[in-house]
Amino acid sequence: MIKLFSLKQAKKDGESPKAGTQKKASAAQLRITKDINELNLPKTCGTEFPDPDDLLSFKLIICPDEGFYRGGRFVFSFKVGPNYPHEPPKVKCETQVYHPNIDLEGNVCLNILREDWKPVLTINSIVYGLQYLFLEPNPEDPLNKDAAEVLQNNRRVFEQNVSKAMRGGYVGSFFFERCLK
Amino acid sequence: MGSDHTHRRWSHLQKVLERSGPFCRPDFEPSSETLKFLMENCKLLVIGAGGLGCELLKDLALMGFRQIHVIDMDTVELSNLNRQFLFRHKDIGSSKAEIAAKFINARVSGCNVVSHFCKIQDKDEAFYRQFHIVVCGLDSIVARRWINGMLISLLVYEDGEIDPSSVIPMVDGGTEGFKGNARVILPGLSACIECTLDLYPPQVTFPLCTIANTPRLPEHCIEYVKVIQWPKENPFDCAIDGDDPQHINWIYEKATERAAQFGIQGLTYRLVQGVVKHIIPAVASTNAAIAASCATEVFKLATSCCASLNNYMVLNNIEGIYTYTYEAEKKDDCLACSQVPREIEIKDPNWKLKDLIELLCERSDLQMKNPGLTANINGKNKTLYMHTVQSIEEKTRENLQKTLQDLGLRDGIELNVADVTTPNTVTLKLKFSQTDVEML
Ligand SMILES: [Zn+2]
Repeated sequence: MIKLFSLKQAKKDGESPKAGTQKKASAAQLRITKDINELNLPKTCGTEFPDPDDLLSFKLIICPDEGFYRGGRFVFSFKVGPNYPHEPPKVKCETQVYHPNIDLEGNVCLNILREDWKPVLTINSIVYGLQYLFLEPNPEDPLNKDAAEVLQNNRRVFEQNVSKAMRGGYVGSFFFERCLK
Repeated sequence: MGSDHTHRRWSHLQKVLERSGPFCRPDFEPSSETLKFLMENCKLLVIGAGGLGCELLKDLALMGFRQIHVIDMDTVELSNLNRQFLFRHKDIGSSKAEIAAKFINARVSGCNVVSHFCKIQDKDEAFYRQFHIVVCGLDSIVARRWINGMLISLLVYEDGEIDPSSVIPMVDGGTEGFKGNARVILPGLSACIECTLDLYPPQVTFPLCTIANTPRLPEHCIEYVKVIQWPKENPFDCAIDGDDPQHINWIYEKATERAAQFGIQGLTYRLVQGVVKHIIPAVASTNAAIAASCATEVFKLATSCCASLNNYMVLNNIEGIYTYTYEAEKKDDCLACSQVPREIEIKDPNWKLKDLIELLCERSDLQMKNPGLTANINGKNKTLYMHTVQSIEEKTRENLQKTLQDLGLRDGIELNVADVTTPNTVTLKLKFSQTDVEML
């Protein structure tokens, strides 16, 4: 046990006017650096860092090569907060997509983005989770209820709706922008 | 103030500090100097002037500490007044730190509380370095992690060993309803906030599809408005501010509509406030007990009269009173406190970044494969090079041919290096061997 005040020294008033900066990177920053450096992307995924100095906000682009969404190009925005990895990053889908687990505002229903997030998970885990959503859309946990119902009742119609949406066009009363590669 | 009064005022402290006893630490030397140090020199920082902060300030001031700073960015609200006893109705809207400081200074003669009405992030290293001990009464994990990181960044290492005079102990109190904890952190020496981050339960979140389609609880309706409706309708053109009654009202109205639609009972304005701000009702007695424990730890640290809490005390008042203490363990791979910055010697300031990366791969104690490098230069994070991510690689490739000096990498700058060969990002401190010569 060290004796902290053996010197009993008076500390100097050191307040300086310049704004606070930590010379050390925050734990969140160190962790995201590791996550990003070790991103092991499937060949259908790519990232885009608008500002490479800011590893806390970036985009993930998924271009599925099989399944309903083959040929599409879907952009997700990632925002990593100061409480990472205690809290998951905020992920939104920026491409309008006809999908049971993604709503028309871009909210994504993926368990590890909310209730099942754990600090041991990484950005890579989320990338794989998102990629899986395109291979196996899950009608059991719907966010877009209409799409989920169609998928459950008639996979052919669902498939047609997906291609219609990806080519750019109306599904029901909603117009989807074209998102083919 | 008469000397007799003064004598009587501190006589109980003198009994503890000027005599030895069976519980004293072996290195404790009874002396009248200790009380003098406590009263005249020992400089404390209290972070937070809320429920815990009011108790802490009162306890510490009455214990004889006089050099106390308090920092809080919040203003007094009506709902604080039942337990944050340094505030009155007329103080609503004023800075908590300023009012609390004024109150203590008026009430406890000789005490000099200095207030800072700002975020902890607004202060720099020089500010935090002036304190002997930092005491936290916070309700935010982000803030705890920040101050933890700050105190760790103030550590000075010599040959891999911590210089004890650079250690600023952090006494941290936390309460949630009838539960609370107090802990003593010696940055770099004992378990820190980051080592024990698992102890903080993640916020309760509900699956998005549940809140969107099959809400069953009033909380589901509130979350729906918060997560889906607010960003969609953006009623006030800004993010949700839990302290803005207009915002809470809007959420309350929309959530009530939704609850009615699904036949859900129990939605109240208070619940909305609670869910939006993640509030757990504060209990005055829990705050008092935890603050008392923290203040005692500050006293022990400041005087060495007794061994410190080792190092985590839990209090549970839900059924009867239950408390136990255990030693939270320091993690060997803690992202915050296990980082003894290693030095890396730069023989030539005209080295290019690619030479440095080569060195990281060749040095026998590192042997890295594909290191990704960032650095904090003038308070700004800079990504120097990252080979593994194509979009970053393309944008940082030109850095490889730049000299370290051109990149702003000076003597003493810390590099954060991520590589598959290490479980965490490691910190390497640049040491330019020629700097001294050049200065001459
Ligand atoms: Zn630690």
